[in-house]
Amino acid sequence: MTTTNKELVEGLRVQAQHVREAILRMVYAANSGHCGGSLSAADIVTALYFHIMRIDPQHPSWEDRDRFILSKGHACPVLYSALALRGYFPQEELGTLRAMDSRLQGHPDMRKTPGLDATTGSLGQGLSLGVGMALGAKLGGKAYRVYVLMGDGETNEGQIWEAAACAVKYRLDNLVAIVDKNGLQNDGPTDAIMPMGSLAEKWRAFGWDVVEIDGHDMAQIVGALDEAKERSHGKPTAIIAKTVKGKGVSYMENVVEWHSGAPTDMELDIALAEIWKGR
Amino acid sequence: MVKQDGRKPISTRKAFGQAIMELGASVENLVVLDGDISRSTYTVEFSQSFPTRHFNVGIAEQNQMGVAAGLALAGYKPIVASYAVFASMRALEQVRTSMCYPRLNVTIAASHGGLTPGNDGVTHQAIEDLGIMRTLPNMTVIAPADGVSLKPLLQQAIAWDGPVYMRLTRDAVPIIYDETDEFHIGKAKQLREGSDVTLIAIGDMVQWALKAHDLLLEEGITARILDMHTLKPLDSEAVIKAARETGAIVTIEDHNIHGGLGGAVAEVLTLDYPVPQGRIALRDTFAESGPYEKLLEKYGLSTDHIVQAVHDVIRKRDRK
Ligand SMILES: Cc1ncc(C[n+]2csc(CCOP(=O)(O)OP(=O)(O)O)c2C)c(N)n1
Repeated sequence: MTTTNKELVEGLRVQAQHVREAILRMVYAANSGHCGGSLSAADIVTALYFHIMRIDPQHPSWEDRDRFILSKGHACPVLYSALALRGYFPQEELGTLRAMDSRLQGHPDMRKTPGLDATTGSLGQGLSLGVGMALGAKLGGKAYRVYVLMGDGETNEGQIWEAAACAVKYRLDNLVAIVDKNGLQNDGPTDAIMPMGSLAEKWRAFGWDVVEIDGHDMAQIVGALDEAKERSHGKPTAIIAKTVKGKGVSYMENVVEWHSGAPTDMELDIALAEIWKGR
Repeated sequence: MVKQDGRKPISTRKAFGQAIMELGASVENLVVLDGDISRSTYTVEFSQSFPTRHFNVGIAEQNQMGVAAGLALAGYKPIVASYAVFASMRALEQVRTSMCYPRLNVTIAASHGGLTPGNDGVTHQAIEDLGIMRTLPNMTVIAPADGVSLKPLLQQAIAWDGPVYMRLTRDAVPIIYDETDEFHIGKAKQLREGSDVTLIAIGDMVQWALKAHDLLLEEGITARILDMHTLKPLDSEAVIKAARETGAIVTIEDHNIHGGLGGAVAEVLTLDYPVPQGRIALRDTFAESGPYEKLLEKYGLSTDHIVQAVHDVIRKRDRK
């Protein structure tokens, strides 16, 4: 890795911890929300919003911007945090998550929150939206790229696989699907609730280019996303990111009960201390 | 204005197929999505003339709705061509959350509405779609009565701010209108003047309301006929006016009795101008395979049933 790359990756790592802090603080303030799946996706979402995507927070609906769809919409604290830290709206607003009259709905509402590219929260629907957007880019000769983040539990949904086939048919090499493979869903481990076997093999069998990475290794994340940008040979890219649900907070890590729920005062203190420990 | 002359009946799905050929040429960001039934939805010609703007996404209606929503988000005007049963039920939640909630400009062309797919049987007869679609916030619901009114309504639907569900017939329906007639989404079309009763019909049932009108006239009953091509937003002004001026209403729909036109009209009458209402609709039952007109007879939707309902509702009113 070159020095600049090292600096970049280190900077993103720190940024991801800021995102994690914001997630915890906002779920604490709302006294509800989804910590586990937000924390597992924090590094990926940070890489996208602070390095990979061509976006302009001053012009959220800029036509040529790259698009991001949080198909696992329950993890919106991670997205709201990234958007606020990136300057789409004031960070103080994060404290209004899930409150009356807030622009930050319990699940993403693109008509309310500046910077959101899609309305999501019903699992399984986001990849189809991404296919439509990527198809639109191709049709209009636009260079923007579309990123869709899904949960591994979410891939239980049949619509994901309808969309997976469709993306291949239309040679959408401007589409990147990322699976946040944290191994847990709502009721338990994905292997127990609905074993999907090898996700990498499934996506490959559908005709996607598949990359498997450690979803908390910033260098690997940036590497895989950069590489996907370079590709233009008619195939969509699936990044299977091995992650830890609740990543960064010891008592949340791999604990299915932390799928949703807010930390207490004491738990928040511990969580923040852990996130910043050693820095 | 209105004639039922020698013009050839045409299904509204076929008229749809012809209309999108013209619209495809004039609306350059119009795109059409199919689900492996393009021969039935009459989009084949469009797909041949505008191959880059036609997407056959296979037998996957949920994805079809999502891809259409994504294309709308990318600045296109998508038309989803499907059957009413699949568009309104298989992919309902996709329509609701990916389309209605973000209020995207997508037109759903839902063929095979009501009992018009007669011999295909219950699996293909959508008798719940209008009611279902009517409950979705931001959704507009239209069912044109003939091939002529389809065109302006479709054109407006494409330009409409928000999703539109347009129910089409599988079978041919008579041409009722002239090309010069004007239509507006949300504005009922009065087809006959009358003062004894008002028949409010939608979609393929408008033709039978007109037949009933003529039969009633022979008995000296003058019936006002309203073509309620837009179920939502309902033209409540026209409903109230009809209630005030004729004092009795019969709603006529090729749909289950719950949730559709009869329900929508009853909501207006109850709140704003209570008068007796009769309802022609399926009596909360599935139908069966059979010729369309035979099914109408068996399930209480024929012209005779309409005439009977008019007698009943007038009797009810005059007893008051
Ligand atoms: C269609 C649908 N069914 C059920 C739910 C309820 N739900 C919310 S999150 C979740 C589990 C998601 O698991 P996964 O996709 O693995 O997400 P993660 O573990 O990353 O949070 C479920 C079942 C939903 N939001 N949408």
